[in-house]
Amino acid sequence: MKRTIFSNQLLPWLLLAPQLAITFIFFLWPAGQAVRQSFLREDAFGINSSFVGLTNFRALLSSPEYMNSLQVTAVFAVSVTIMSMGVALLLAIAVDRMLKSARVYTTLLVWPYAVAPAVAGILWWFIFNPTIGVMPYVLDVVGYDWNHISSKTDAMLLVVIASAWKQISYNFLFFVAGLQAIPASMREAAAIDGAGPVRRFFDITFPLLSPTTFFLLVVNIVYAMFDTFGVIDATTEGGPAQATNIMVYKVYFDGFIGQNIGSSAAQSVILMLLVISLTVIQFRWVEKKVEY
Amino acid sequence: MSRLITASAVALIASLSAAHAKTDVQWWHAMGGELGSKLEEIVKGFNESQEDYNVIPSYKGTYPETMTAAIAAFRAQEQPAIVQVFEVGTGTMMAAEGAIVPVHQLMQDQGAEFDQSAFLPAVVGYYTDTDGNMLSMPFNSSTPILYYNKSVFEKAGLDPEQPPKTWAEMEEFSKQIMDSGAASCGFTTGWISWIQTENFSAWHNQPIGTMENGFGGLDARLTLNGPVQVKHWENLKRWTDEGVFKYGGPVGGDNAPPMFYSQDCAMIMNSSASRAGVIANAKDFELGFGMLPYYDDVEGAPQNSIIGGATLWVLSGRPDEEYAGAAKFFEYLSSASVQADWASFSGYLPITQAAADEMAGFFAENPGADTGIRQITLNPPTENSKGLRFGNYVQIRGVIDEEFEQLLSGSKDAQGALDSVVERGNKLIEEFQAQHQQ
Repeated sequence: MKRTIFSNQLLPWLLLAPQLAITFIFFLWPAGQAVRQSFLREDAFGINSSFVGLTNFRALLSSPEYMNSLQVTAVFAVSVTIMSMGVALLLAIAVDRMLKSARVYTTLLVWPYAVAPAVAGILWWFIFNPTIGVMPYVLDVVGYDWNHISSKTDAMLLVVIASAWKQISYNFLFFVAGLQAIPASMREAAAIDGAGPVRRFFDITFPLLSPTTFFLLVVNIVYAMFDTFGVIDATTEGGPAQATNIMVYKVYFDGFIGQNIGSSAAQSVILMLLVISLTVIQFRWVEKKVEY
Repeated sequence: MSRLITASAVALIASLSAAHAKTDVQWWHAMGGELGSKLEEIVKGFNESQEDYNVIPSYKGTYPETMTAAIAAFRAQEQPAIVQVFEVGTGTMMAAEGAIVPVHQLMQDQGAEFDQSAFLPAVVGYYTDTDGNMLSMPFNSSTPILYYNKSVFEKAGLDPEQPPKTWAEMEEFSKQIMDSGAASCGFTTGWISWIQTENFSAWHNQPIGTMENGFGGLDARLTLNGPVQVKHWENLKRWTDEGVFKYGGPVGGDNAPPMFYSQDCAMIMNSSASRAGVIANAKDFELGFGMLPYYDDVEGAPQNSIIGGATLWVLSGRPDEEYAGAAKFFEYLSSASVQADWASFSGYLPITQAAADEMAGFFAENPGADTGIRQITLNPPTENSKGLRFGNYVQIRGVIDEEFEQLLSGSKDAQGALDSVVERGNKLIEEFQAQHQQ
């Protein structure tokens, strides 16, 4: 690789400056503010303020609501990731087998990705609305009384479906690309050796797809933990009885609605630490097992 | 962001057009749709009525969004002179000494015409300090009432002119309606917190918290797990299991009105301010209005119901002439004609006796429109029915909803659920107190 050597010491910094400024203004500075706020106890208007050390963190870790939110986030993120990646992979394999119509299907399947999370939330909220929705009516025929307003399970299912649906298109595109990159000759060779379609998938296709799968795993977990705020806000608002109150939503609710800035800041600091460690784990350990 | 730009653009244009130095007074509010247009009409009336001040209304979204925006603006020293804050934000606003200018003080400082006794005690009582001084200017106040489907009542063989008065009748009528097949459910309700807990307590003269429901200071704690409230929640659970009552969801209960409009449920308890909306949606049936039901074995019931809605708070740190403008504007707002116009249009309660008197003709032409005002003035408010004032109350309302949902799902009984409301609510109140006493 060719290395560029700058003779002037200032020029590289100048070239980096716009990016550094953006990182500082939109990440480092707010993050620093959050860390500072997390050690303070303050009223809504900021008139009384005092340093309270780790009180906010201690209060959180001893709060059953926060423990519940951690658990809900874990269940939600894992379910969304499995569902969106699983369905996307199935669709990608199906499209990969088609010759003529693959392009049309690909185009159609990408559409949901263009839908904003809040809109996706509202769409599914309508479909599953216990009073006016289509799905509860259908489910009622088969004997299931759908009600995400009072049932915690139904509420969780609703937000998982709405969040996963939106992400399927994205995953699908990457899986289709990944599948097309696998040389047909390898699968044909296996077929000649007598391996069935299932065997071929698990022994050849899936391992060769692992870079794509790994990348999508990271993207999907991050998506489920942060980008789904709109879905939650538009459908369940964290209810019923905090059954869908994921960590990001709780940060918003306690901070913006509840005006408890200290606790909200402490929560975002914990979230930040969590994401940093998740990313480190993923790149340190999981990536080593991926065959590129 | 776009809202901010729009608002500043409006402000800019307004300041340019006011060539002879009219003072601009910013008013941030949360009235969207038709209420918002009416509000702008009222402001226009004020701006044209005098030469010195120009009130600029800006819509800032929902109540919580408006309050959050105003607080953030205050922290950045960009606050408006006037902001509309919903009733559960009262505790937070009141405790923010130094950030607000109490209305009674504003009117006195500016030498404005202001007679506090002209206001309805049930409305103003919610927003006074312990000495009875008014802290904010009531603008849109409402109270929950009972709406019922007269056509269904008739089909079920009930007298359509007689809404149920007691909870016993509520159950009896509901069962008769369901047995006759006139409707599949007896009743539903908006606002489990505001209607079935807070108003329920006031209506039965039961305390919601210590120290006059929190009016006495930051040491007050919740006590709404008394036997009367427990009995009511127990019944709501039993009625849910029997199909007599259907839960409409947390906060305002968004799913409750559709159940009433579609004639699945024969009755609904909801804000008096939703009157216009209910009439617009009740196309296929005759609509009736009644007061909230009560338990006749509870002494002192019915007492009076309490209000919801919002008031206008004045924030500190603006130039003095803006306060003169705000005082003038409040004089105009509380005048009988403006009040009567606003209340007749919106379904909110008039805030002064003079306005209520002026609406006599309107009430005569619109039967049931006076249900709310009759209900809040039924008896002089006691310390249990004056209102409530606790810090972090937006979250406490959330706790009430959650624990009610725990009750419905069967994971807690009524006593357990209300005990949890008190325990979790008091933690939030303690946190609020710690934030303010340091």
